[in-house]
Amino acid sequence: MVIDLDKCSGCQACVVACHAENNIAIIGPEQAAMGRTIHWIELLPFVEGEYPYLKARLLPRPCMHCEHPPCIKVCPVGATYANEEGIVGIVYSRCIGCRYCTTACPYTVRYFNWYEPKWPKEMKGSLNRDVSIRRKGVVEKCSFCHHRLLKARERARAENRELLPDDYIPACVQACPGNAMYFGDLNDPFSTVSKLSRERRAFKLLEDLGTEPKVIYLSEGM
Amino acid sequence: MNKKGVKPRADAILLQPIQKTGRSFYLTLFALIAVILWAVAAYLYQYRNGLGVTGLSRPIFWGVYITNFVFFIGISHAGTLISAILRLARAEWRRAITRSAEVITVLVLFFGVGNILIDLGGPDRMLNVLKYPHFTSPLLWDVSSITIYLIASSIYLYLPLIPDIAILRDHAGRYQWFYRILALNWRGTEKQHRLLERGIAFMAILVIPVAVSVHTVVSFVFAMTIQPMWHTAIFGPYFVAGAIFSGIAALIVAMYLIRKVYHLEDYLRPVHFNNLGILLLVMTLLWFYFTFTEYLTTYYGADPIHMAIFWSKFTGRFAPYFWGMFLFCFVIPLPILSFAKTRTPFGTLIASISVIIGMWLERYVIVVPTLTNPRLPNEAVRYFPTWVEWSVFAGCLAFFVLLYMIFTKLFPIVSIWEVREGRKKSMAEVQERIKTYLPGSGVR
Repeated sequence: MVIDLDKCSGCQACVVACHAENNIAIIGPEQAAMGRTIHWIELLPFVEGEYPYLKARLLPRPCMHCEHPPCIKVCPVGATYANEEGIVGIVYSRCIGCRYCTTACPYTVRYFNWYEPKWPKEMKGSLNRDVSIRRKGVVEKCSFCHHRLLKARERARAENRELLPDDYIPACVQACPGNAMYFGDLNDPFSTVSKLSRERRAFKLLEDLGTEPKVIYLSEGM
Repeated sequence: MNKKGVKPRADAILLQPIQKTGRSFYLTLFALIAVILWAVAAYLYQYRNGLGVTGLSRPIFWGVYITNFVFFIGISHAGTLISAILRLARAEWRRAITRSAEVITVLVLFFGVGNILIDLGGPDRMLNVLKYPHFTSPLLWDVSSITIYLIASSIYLYLPLIPDIAILRDHAGRYQWFYRILALNWRGTEKQHRLLERGIAFMAILVIPVAVSVHTVVSFVFAMTIQPMWHTAIFGPYFVAGAIFSGIAALIVAMYLIRKVYHLEDYLRPVHFNNLGILLLVMTLLWFYFTFTEYLTTYYGADPIHMAIFWSKFTGRFAPYFWGMFLFCFVIPLPILSFAKTRTPFGTLIASISVIIGMWLERYVIVVPTLTNPRLPNEAVRYFPTWVEWSVFAGCLAFFVLLYMIFTKLFPIVSIWEVREGRKKSMAEVQERIKTYLPGSGVR
């Protein structure tokens, strides 16, 4: 995934789309004040300097899907894993909720279900049937909308053709009104994301940790 | 004592707690059970509703339970390790205290492990650790080494118990059948004694590396992550030293209570407290050395990510905890333990209680500040443990004391046969040994 910060206006459409797509629990203002909100993608505020001489930037932050993820190593039951596409996933039914992965992730992208998730009655009908609901006591995080990949692959098979790059994009990328987000195969040197990742503006978050994130940012104003 | 015609013997006072139970015992028992029931209720409340009933949140995913885990495993280092070292060093003053130390280890380990299980979001799935073990996780190293430690230290507690169980079996008290089974047909023959000595010596040697590994691996849970102020090589030895430190303190407190309650002033003498006090003093200084090294390294390196945590401990939100730790771990015990005049049973008790409080704070100050200051910007979240967490903590302490009390009611808390053996054999043995150290004493 590539996120062009020059194009990002910080509108949070990606956050909203993600919530709707992935059945993310609504926890209410009280719990939110305690720091228990779940956001598979969220905007990180980087603020330097003092008012009014500020330099501020907003950075949409999904899971980095690291090439060397610290979370996978520490899981005592192998509930978190990297699949062949390089997506870091979680087997919710195996997770014991020890929260070792959440403390080991330097990007703090992992979230915990402190209570059983609940939705208002009116919203129950709009839950996404492709995404399983997490019970209390398990960890969850951005999956790059992996269920969309499964669906796209099935459709391609049914139509008797190869999977095309445009068949599968996560909900946040689809929703971005400024087209600031790109999604594709980083292993393919000719894909858009591959080309963008070689741009001079490209950088990764906490690059020096050696986790090799698969989310690449293009810095603004160059 | 004269029941069924057994004649009164020396060391009868050591069997008294087993034969007579006073009213104060039952009162304490009920008080402890009340606390435990309260804690069980608190846990069930958490089990039903989820970990949301704790004060935890993102990014402070770990709190009091993990602090307790490290704390209890640390206390467990009192027993087996100290007793093994004293046995191997043939320190004769150990005889009256090894048992009370070993019991602490075995019993407190359950609460170390227990706190990890209490901390799980899906406790019904805890067997997944055995079904789908993933050995790159330091938590699984913990599971392995704590299991070995529990087994080894249980055997190490049991072996020296056998001759004493045989004494109880021959004494015609309650639960004859129970002691008969556990005594394993012990008759006190030469051959049996030799076997037992060999078994104890073997276990004493085995238990030392296992004990060191346990607390090293506990530190690895933190040190193996790349989180600031956790990812450091000093954590292994620092945790082992801290564990022995709090362990000795727990032992002194336990000995003081046993001595008071069962009137064992003759057996647990000021010299024992004095010697353990010196050991505690050494650990106090060692603790300071490690703490100083750790924080100076961080400060000098001045990595901003680390410094955010450093300052939150020194002057920021966690300053009361940090300086409290320093006060209880160093400022209070150091002067008390430094002078022979204050190294009395009561003096060492005060120092030990202080150390135990300080070491709990130390673990808290390791776990929470790092999680409160993640690398990426985050909402300012504060962690306050809730009544559920405090109740469970109180329940663990009460349950531990309860089990310890019950142990003293079933088995002699001072090893009778070892004390007797000391009287009979060691005097001459020690004299002989000293002769081998010196020229002109007739031994080459």
